[in-house]
Amino acid sequence: MKEKITTLKALLAVREAERRYLQLRLEDKFSLEEGEQHKNILVCAGTGCTAGDSAILIKKLNEKLEEAGLSEEVKVVKTGCFGFCQKGPIVAVYPDRVYYTHVKPDDAERIVNDHVIGGHVIKDLQMFDTDRKTGEKVYDIDKIGFYEKQQRIALRNCGRINPENIYEYIGIDGYEALYRVLTEKTPQEVIDIVKASGLRGRGGAGFPTGLKWQFEKDQPGDEKYVICNADEGDPGAFMDRSILEGDPHAILEGMAIMAYAVGAHQGYVYIRAEYPIAVNRLRIAIREAKELGLLGENIFGTGFNFDIEIRLGAGAFVCGEETALIASIMGKRGMPSPKPPFPAVSGVWQKPTSINNVETIANITQIILNGAEWYAAMGMGKSKGTKVFALGGKINNTGLVEIPMGTTLREIIYDIGGGCPEGKKFKAVQTGGPSGGCLTEKELDTPITYENLVAAGSMMGSGGMIVLDEDNCMVDVAKFYMEFICDESCGKCTPCRIGTKRLLEMLTKITEGNGTMEMLDEMEELCNEVRDGALCGLGQTAPNPILSTLRYFRDEYEAHILEKRCPAHVCKKLLTYVINPDKCKCCSLCARNCPADAITGKPGKEVYKIDAEKCIKCGLCITNCKFGAVERH
Amino acid sequence: MLIALSQGIISRIAEIAKCNTHKTLLQRKGLYMEKLNCDALRKIDEIVAKHKDQAGPCIEMLHEVQNELGYVPFEAMEKIAEATGSSPAEVYGVVMFYAQFTTEPKGKHVINVCLGTACYVKGAQKLIDRVEKLTGAAVNKTSPDGLFSLDATRCLGACGLAPVCIIDGKYYGNALVDSEFTNEIRRIVREEKKAGAKA
Repeated sequence: MKEKITTLKALLAVREAERRYLQLRLEDKFSLEEGEQHKNILVCAGTGCTAGDSAILIKKLNEKLEEAGLSEEVKVVKTGCFGFCQKGPIVAVYPDRVYYTHVKPDDAERIVNDHVIGGHVIKDLQMFDTDRKTGEKVYDIDKIGFYEKQQRIALRNCGRINPENIYEYIGIDGYEALYRVLTEKTPQEVIDIVKASGLRGRGGAGFPTGLKWQFEKDQPGDEKYVICNADEGDPGAFMDRSILEGDPHAILEGMAIMAYAVGAHQGYVYIRAEYPIAVNRLRIAIREAKELGLLGENIFGTGFNFDIEIRLGAGAFVCGEETALIASIMGKRGMPSPKPPFPAVSGVWQKPTSINNVETIANITQIILNGAEWYAAMGMGKSKGTKVFALGGKINNTGLVEIPMGTTLREIIYDIGGGCPEGKKFKAVQTGGPSGGCLTEKELDTPITYENLVAAGSMMGSGGMIVLDEDNCMVDVAKFYMEFICDESCGKCTPCRIGTKRLLEMLTKITEGNGTMEMLDEMEELCNEVRDGALCGLGQTAPNPILSTLRYFRDEYEAHILEKRCPAHVCKKLLTYVINPDKCKCCSLCARNCPADAITGKPGKEVYKIDAEKCIKCGLCITNCKFGAVERH
Repeated sequence: MLIALSQGIISRIAEIAKCNTHKTLLQRKGLYMEKLNCDALRKIDEIVAKHKDQAGPCIEMLHEVQNELGYVPFEAMEKIAEATGSSPAEVYGVVMFYAQFTTEPKGKHVINVCLGTACYVKGAQKLIDRVEKLTGAAVNKTSPDGLFSLDATRCLGACGLAPVCIIDGKYYGNALVDSEFTNEIRRIVREEKKAGAKA
């Protein structure tokens, strides 16, 4: 039975004790006694790196350390996401501040023998960046482009502490904010701090968080609820998953502060079932916090009770919408309902409820500890603080980046993201997921704020940022999102249920070469109708991918319609594959690999030909041909 | 009176006969749900009893049933309805609403291909077309031989490794058309063929 923490003194004592271990990772100077732990090997155990066998790596490292008799002095720490998923699995050795990339389980031996025992950094695994001016390799982790411009607040503990160990969280500064709030501040004071910080909802719409809390607090009644929305449905966004995997206690503490401010005693975390690691870490965190009395009854002896329950989603994008999420928590079909009444008035079990996104909640403890002014000093205009983006798609450095609001898209894509791979030309960046839009080269110098992105025809959304290069067809991307929305539309309101279906049909016709120019105008008109008529955010923003691509890439739509041509060579129906007889060496490789038997010829004698009727346009012949003889038009 | 009675009996017999033909029809189409064995029924009872007193437990129960049995059988919906004071139709409505719940048993090997945006722009569509061909399972269906279920899933959140796929719980990153991932599928197909030939 662990001892409960009921006083600040006890909390600080735990922190002091833990700091002895954490100093290796946190501080430049430290004092160690003989035989004490002198090295930490941090291994990322996020979803990405786990897929790269980081769990086996941890096991092997521990085995090798044991063999060398170093288990006491060198500790292997399982951490959350380092953000740089492209380079995973990532291993960091402290206090040396050496980061290794693409580490395989078999590299465990080298890390222990060469680095830990031999004291040599393993150069071929070490993370580096190339200085753009001098062309020299940079190994200092703070100077690596991917990390240099970042400012980590919501992600501060990810990749730094073991998320499955509450003591490490307390060792950093954990649960102090909750103590301060419960003992030194009234609920109204807490709300005033959050209001003054300028924090806005990070789930997409950007509603001021303090105001949301105020609405709920002002409602009469004793039974109120708080919800953490971890139903990260935007395909291509994974910041909420990483925060929950890397720093689950920050969410629990933030929720407890939120509950105190609004007067709730029960919280729910609504999380996607597609995130098994995050669900598991959250379960462990709740259990640990309860064991130490930091959740449950009479927290810090103040008489404040607060409990948290996990509710799993089951694969419905619309459940990210507040009212649908509430229906789902109550075990029903996740269908939105008209507002008002707003959840702050009538939410879960018809009681006042406030719902905040994971990233929003992750900022709360730091705002309490450092003050509203500290937070409000970061950012630009009405968008304060930092925002986490999930960089993905055709970009060199995929991963999670947290930057102050007001950073430009260009800085994110080029300075942090390193531009498009293989020297391909940047075409567009998609922000805001299925509710957002595509922005082009011209908009890259726009500083990122909620307002600027909306003005440019996209939106902040939850922070997915997918980079597209010249090989991506914009009509196809619009169609991809419309298919997604059609699938996910709950069917309750007509504009969304039928409108999106008609839009998808029109897009399909265009990608198949059956579109007309009138269709573009019809599509635009229907988009406006769906936007104005749909019941919830899903339908209201569904036309955005079409509207923004029509706005910036009308020429691509026109090429599909007028010339029956897909400029990016993506839309299958508009492609033809031919074999260039001058280049064909009659090797028969294409014919042998063709799944449709569409290629004929005689090995070594007769050049091969593709029968356009039979060809299913899978592109296997192009991949297989060693002489570049297959051409796509 | 006698005539009325006999007419009643005749119509009842006709009804039963109709039911039976209906059942065989469904069986032929593969739609008739087999009766569950006692073990599965007991499992369902346990799950329902565990969550009965929780507020709004329907989805929690469905999750556990599916984890345990691999799908949600009709009997489970009836039992959940009874315990939560709703109708089987309402529970069925919940099952149908959420993409993760399935009323059909899954194949021996379950393959998930992520179709999130990051994976899509890096060629996940091509990949899923390929897996369809390799396994004989249509997207979101099970192959006729019952060996493979192919699911197109929503974003798995491992976008740094796009395209991402899962075979029986193991993740494969950077899964291109010809990669470790497709090789593994080919290997399983070969192995199953061998096993089938032996049997």
